[in-house]
Amino acid sequence: MAKRKSFLLYLGLIVGLIISVFPFYWLLVMSTRTTAEIYSFPPKFWFGTHLIDNITRVLNNIDFFGAFLNTLFVALSITILVLFFDSLAGFTFAKFKFPGKKWLFVLLLATMMAPAQLSLVPSFVIMAKFGWVGTFKALIIPGMANAFGIFWIRQYAEDSVPSELLDAGRIDGCGFFRLYWNISLPILRPALSFLGAFTFIGAWNDYLWPLIILNDQSKFTLQVALSSLNGIYVSDYSMVIAGTLLAVVPLIILFLFISKQFISDIAAGAIKS
Amino acid sequence: MGEPLQKRTHLDPGSSMQLPERKRGLASEIWKHRKEYLAISPFYILFAIFGLFPIVFSMYLSFHKWDGIGEMTFNGLNNYQFMVTDPEFWKAVGNTLLIWVYSTIPMLFFALIVAFLLNATFVRFRTFFRIGYFLPNVTSLVAVAIVFSTLFSNNYGLLNYLFSLFGISPVEWLNKTWGIQLAVSMMVIWRWVGYNAIIYLAGLQSIPTVLYEAAKIDGASGVQSFFRITIPNLRPIILFTVITSTIGGMQIFTESQVLVGNDGGVSGGGLTIVLYLYREAFVNNYFGYGSAVGWGMFILIALFSIFNWRMVQGGGAKDE
Repeated sequence: MAKRKSFLLYLGLIVGLIISVFPFYWLLVMSTRTTAEIYSFPPKFWFGTHLIDNITRVLNNIDFFGAFLNTLFVALSITILVLFFDSLAGFTFAKFKFPGKKWLFVLLLATMMAPAQLSLVPSFVIMAKFGWVGTFKALIIPGMANAFGIFWIRQYAEDSVPSELLDAGRIDGCGFFRLYWNISLPILRPALSFLGAFTFIGAWNDYLWPLIILNDQSKFTLQVALSSLNGIYVSDYSMVIAGTLLAVVPLIILFLFISKQFISDIAAGAIKS
Repeated sequence: MGEPLQKRTHLDPGSSMQLPERKRGLASEIWKHRKEYLAISPFYILFAIFGLFPIVFSMYLSFHKWDGIGEMTFNGLNNYQFMVTDPEFWKAVGNTLLIWVYSTIPMLFFALIVAFLLNATFVRFRTFFRIGYFLPNVTSLVAVAIVFSTLFSNNYGLLNYLFSLFGISPVEWLNKTWGIQLAVSMMVIWRWVGYNAIIYLAGLQSIPTVLYEAAKIDGASGVQSFFRITIPNLRPIILFTVITSTIGGMQIFTESQVLVGNDGGVSGGGLTIVLYLYREAFVNNYFGYGSAVGWGMFILIALFSIFNWRMVQGGGAKDE
């Protein structure tokens, strides 16, 4: 009885896992095939020999490395700025008292409810007024601090940065910034690494806003480049597929390195809020 | 944890000296904490410029006719009037709601099952499974949409191949309203089951095992303890997932846009509200109208969220 139950349980888990992972396998198989093979019937379920060929065509037809570097630059800039501004604010909310603190924090939480799509058109108009349309500034600057991250860091700092340590720092003559930078930041590292990964993945995958803002191919991020590749090269589908593979792989590698802690933190974040 | 009283005075080194004077102006109090305000200010400044101002500005824009370049002309409620009488808008609303229903219900159901399976005490390789289930969630939507377009492709898609094995004639998925909606829903389900399962799993693990042991001693069956212990304890988390998937579901854009293009496919089955907004504002350059659609969408999301909240709360009250 118990054995049968555990068999069924594993069977369920494995079927689910196969469904989860299959599209990645399928992407990998397709990117080793020619377009004719992708459209063949019955489909090819095993790897072909055209991977290098397909990738070469991607690199020849679009500036893949350019798009890759653009994405890396935008995502890294957002991540670094978010880590700095959110941790500074989160730390301040957790460890200092000042007039209006409670209201400011409630206001901060309330901003999370503001719907992003509502401000899509006016945000674009503002960017046009600033002359930022088509630039990375329009992607980076609005996203360089966010309510979720401040909330996340505050929760962590409240429990983990001992006030006694800050007092000792003050006695040693640390100013506000050194209390933050030299004493608290090292303690906040676990919370920062989750916030950093979360922000980076989100920025890397962002599509709608870059699609609206970027109008010059040389500035395209990977998602925008990939989507335009998909729209243009209908007849050379194996190239589109190979481009998709190249765009997905870096993030998967990153994720596999951090996955264990990242997944626990996602769950913890949801339970807290 | 130590002495809280001492901690408080120490937090604010200036206060112990000035304490007798009691009456200090708010201004000087604020000035004294200028560093704290400076430290938290970036977020508020950014929000004022890129969050609050656009919301107010979009209200203003929604009463105007403007192509983004020429003169802006006031046209009162015309945009709103056009919106509520445009069949395309209501089609987009209907599509969005349908996709939400097709995706959310199976998604949360499967997530709950996965969470239960992973929570079984004897499961090995739990970390391995969790990573596998979570992997779809970090993958970009554009990539997901491209891969799924090959699964649902009209002629040679993998699904049609599977159908052919059972002698079912091929379906032109992407030419049919329901076919597109199914494909979009499948993407949502595939991408979010793992995420929600991880959250449910954390919820399950936070339920004290004593509760189950006590129930067992009282002679409760597995089914009884599921409905009497697990579900009530999980309710806040289920509510959280329903709300987040409502917000996410109302904003579906990339899946449709990459799969079937700006018009939502031949039949328009993939035209969601955000895709409609995007098309009107950024493809057709109706900036005023796009803003009005933004407000229409906001009101619909608010109403729908309240409705959902009531459903989950009310459904809970009944079986208690």
